[in-house]
Amino acid sequence: MLKDITIGQYFPGNSIIHRLDPRFKLVITLLFIIMLFSGGNAVCLGIGAVYTAAVLLLSGIPLKMYWKSVKPLLPFLIITACLNLMFVRSGEVLWEWKALKITDAGLNISLFMIIRIVLLIMGSSVLTYTTSPITLTDAIERLLSPLKKLKFPVHELAMMMSIALRFIPTLIEETDKIMSAQKARGAEIDSGSFGQRAKNLAAILVPLFVSAFRRADELATAMECRCYHGGKGRTRLRQMKAAPRDYIALFITIIFLAAVIAAGRMF
Amino acid sequence: MSDIIKIEGLHFHYTSPDGSSTDEVLKGIDLTVKQGEFVAVLGHNGSGKSTLAKHINAILLPTEGKVTVDGIDTADESRIFELRQTAGMVFQNPDNQIVSSVVEEDVAFALENLGVPYEEMRERVDDALKTVGMYDLRLHSPSQLSGGQKQRVAIAGVLAMCPKCLILDESTAMLDPQGRKEVLATVRHMNREQGMTVILITHYMDEAAGCDRVVVMDGGSIIMDGTPEKVFSQVERLKEAGLDVPQVTELAYELRKAGYDISPEIINGEECADALAELLSS
Repeated sequence: MLKDITIGQYFPGNSIIHRLDPRFKLVITLLFIIMLFSGGNAVCLGIGAVYTAAVLLLSGIPLKMYWKSVKPLLPFLIITACLNLMFVRSGEVLWEWKALKITDAGLNISLFMIIRIVLLIMGSSVLTYTTSPITLTDAIERLLSPLKKLKFPVHELAMMMSIALRFIPTLIEETDKIMSAQKARGAEIDSGSFGQRAKNLAAILVPLFVSAFRRADELATAMECRCYHGGKGRTRLRQMKAAPRDYIALFITIIFLAAVIAAGRMF
Repeated sequence: MSDIIKIEGLHFHYTSPDGSSTDEVLKGIDLTVKQGEFVAVLGHNGSGKSTLAKHINAILLPTEGKVTVDGIDTADESRIFELRQTAGMVFQNPDNQIVSSVVEEDVAFALENLGVPYEEMRERVDDALKTVGMYDLRLHSPSQLSGGQKQRVAIAGVLAMCPKCLILDESTAMLDPQGRKEVLATVRHMNREQGMTVILITHYMDEAAGCDRVVVMDGGSIIMDGTPEKVFSQVERLKEAGLDVPQVTELAYELRKAGYDISPEIINGEECADALAELLSS
């Protein structure tokens, strides 16, 4: 049952988006977020929507998947939109009933916010859908490597992250085993009241933590045996080389960003 | 052939946090291993065999005595990376020694740490993967592999360092029979083809039967040392140390006890079949 969990939701593929250098993808995603929030009118949002749609289509991943990434957040979006609608008092009043007032400014703000957030989630899903978590971690390490000069532990954080990713399937398998073992001893994990189930969770978590610590200890020894001594002087098997297509993608994104900023000034 | 591992008068005891020393785990070990030898170290739980293995690549340092590997004193901290490249160690649980989420990157881990340039790294990683027969699965995630395959990846990770000596610390204990076979065949191949010195720590007697030399430990000392035939023929002493002999050796032993004329130095099925056929025809 736990085996169905996929963390990071990566969909292997060979689209042009998949093949982009992950470092560029990260920077482009950042620019994309700036793009969505830098212009305040319909034209700006329209440009952002066109950009998002193009990237979504190019990624070669079923659009259903992108809808799935938005769906869980819809209730929150609708609630915030309603609050905006009711509490924004400026602008022309469109509809009024006792203390409730809906203005055109409020309507604008709510609509824009919904569209922005939906575009934001879909657009940034492209990054996690087309890049494996381990590659992403690697790209973050490389992008942040200038921070090493400021004594920021970039390598250490990336190493922790990648070990965590490596051990997710191992620990899921272990949890499954512990659950079966505890069920065989009569622990009620799937039934009983909520409080009872929460209490029984300890029967799973305690052995899981004990074993995780033991694993960590053994892993540390194994790493030492393979001459691990921090990030100093390390070379990498995974090479990241920027190709012309990466620069082109970055260039296109910058043009879109510029267009959004220009549209924000003009209209 | 030259000696690769020299252990002289090795004593070891763990020190508890309050400074008082606890029981001695190793009580005066003297052992020399020649380049290219395939040595099995046998012993039941708590005999000190794993502790001994951990001294060979300086995970533990002797309380007393000296361990030298290819001329490097394990207590010499300035040469520790050199030492760990010379003597590679593979542990029991493959899951707890694989660092990366991609097979080939895990094999490259040691080389990355040592700062080997990309082209050379690529070549050594591919060679190591081919040696253990995992080249085709190099882009897989370790979680998709079987136990035996994972352990072969762990071996490849050590092999990539081009060690002269490979130490397997109960590396087959958690594997199914198929996985054990795979791992042992890989190790044997490296020993024969590349002259790699192998130290196999195990409690499986049949694994030890295929080695050049068997060292038996009990209570922190070496109690027997010799060819598998010589060691396994001493059935009673082995039983005293809490060990079993291979089934065929036991059969020959029981037959001799019952008065039949059969060689005590039988360690594998074929030898046993031949001896039995001879016994029946006479």
